[in-house]
Amino acid sequence: MNTESNASATTNRISTFVVMIVVAVMVLSLVAFGLAAWAYMADNMTSAIFLTITGVIALTLSAYVLLQTRRTAVATKTAPAKVMTTVECKKCGTKNVRDFQRGDYVYKELEACQKCPEDKMIITAIYKEIKEKEKTYNF
Amino acid sequence: MLLTLTNQFGATGDVISQILSIVYILFFVVFIFYGQRIQMYAAIREVEGSLYKLRFMRDEARKTAIQAIKDIGKPKDDPSPRVDRYLDYFTISPQGMDPAGIVNKLDHILDVRDTRMKEEVKLMAPGTDEAQVFNLENTLEAAMALNFIYKVVRHYYIQGKKTLSFYVMLQLQMILPMVMKEAEAYANALKAFADGQPIGDGAGPLVAAKLMHGHEVREVPKDCVAATIPFEGRTAIVLKAKGPGGNVGKPGDAVRTLIEENEGKIASVIMIDAGLKLEGEPVGEVAEGVGAAIGGPGVDQYRIEEEIAKYHIPIYAVIVKEDIGDAVSIMRKEIADSADKVIERVKNVVLERTKEGDKIIIVGVGNTIGIAQ
Repeated sequence: MNTESNASATTNRISTFVVMIVVAVMVLSLVAFGLAAWAYMADNMTSAIFLTITGVIALTLSAYVLLQTRRTAVATKTAPAKVMTTVECKKCGTKNVRDFQRGDYVYKELEACQKCPEDKMIITAIYKEIKEKEKTYNF
Repeated sequence: MLLTLTNQFGATGDVISQILSIVYILFFVVFIFYGQRIQMYAAIREVEGSLYKLRFMRDEARKTAIQAIKDIGKPKDDPSPRVDRYLDYFTISPQGMDPAGIVNKLDHILDVRDTRMKEEVKLMAPGTDEAQVFNLENTLEAAMALNFIYKVVRHYYIQGKKTLSFYVMLQLQMILPMVMKEAEAYANALKAFADGQPIGDGAGPLVAAKLMHGHEVREVPKDCVAATIPFEGRTAIVLKAKGPGGNVGKPGDAVRTLIEENEGKIASVIMIDAGLKLEGEPVGEVAEGVGAAIGGPGVDQYRIEEEIAKYHIPIYAVIVKEDIGDAVSIMRKEIADSADKVIERVKNVVLERTKEGDKIIIVGVGNTIGIAQ
């Protein structure tokens, strides 16, 4: 299924609920920065530091959540795998790998081999190659 | 006024500290009384997201199936209404209160289902040969599975929302990753079935095809093929489902036929199948053991076990490890490459467990889509 080209808007959208929370936290962090500036001007260093730290943590966390959500939405789009067909001549061992064509199947006889015309080439394998590496764990 | 209010809650200090204290206290109060409800809304959102994805997969599956029927079958009428009816088909398994003879009843029902499905496909796509009918049937089965998964998840989602039951929603949320994995596997399988490409489950038939290629092949009931080949000084009868259409055949009946033909004089039966891997195990790893390596509803496993027990024939299994996603989607290179390793393992088993001149049966179990013989 070609999910990359046909993905609907509903599938890939980021939840409005999450966006609302993230925006609210971002606004609050900006308020915290404003209050920190105000406290600094009022010579209240403790409050200024406390509010700045709070603002930085809130802003970082909300940005992280937003990024994670976007990453999940992107992950729902999966590119179709490239399927390859291996064609071999059993006599001379000539081996070609080409893209899969509809109608191919393993042990299907194809056109004659170019090196030994009395023998036909046959399909010996059809497979997909997965490029991305699987996540490994220490166990 | 604000200061007085905050002082009532025990907050002291400047206005900012007092506001923060109030927010802190309110936060606790809200979480004490509404914590579970907030968790439930989070679960609802997560399930909703998955439901959108499942609906998209279901709709795409339907479209792919209809397009495949139009492309391959060249029907005169629009096949959509028939496809929609097909997607809602169900099978009722036999009553198990008196389990004696249940295997035969289940076998009969599965035969009726199989015949009915194939006839439906033939009606939808009249211009198809046998292999294409099998492939289209597999495509529709994958679409049917996606339709079923979507409907079941939607059922529990609506039920959870209607009753506002935290536990219904929590159970659904807990199993959702596994459900989504299976749904994605079926979604990936659709293209493979529609185009007739080999799938991971075809590891067994691929090995059998490698062994029997170039030898005389005969048909064995039901929907299977067998070839007699010389193998390490023994005579091997190699068996697989008839390809290259999407077909698993009935290896239970086929093994019984072959054993009866040889009056039970079989030194051993070796079964090759795709086996579910555990997380952490590499795809395409080969393992061996003892027993009838065959999945499905259990009828074929029962038939094989009955027959080998009758003649006291030892049975060995060699499996190629893969997960459910790999089993129903286009065959991965690692699985295709493992065929030679499996043949080496089978050779070892034969050399260690049988004598020269013995007769053995090698069965390649699985869906033979895209693999001839």
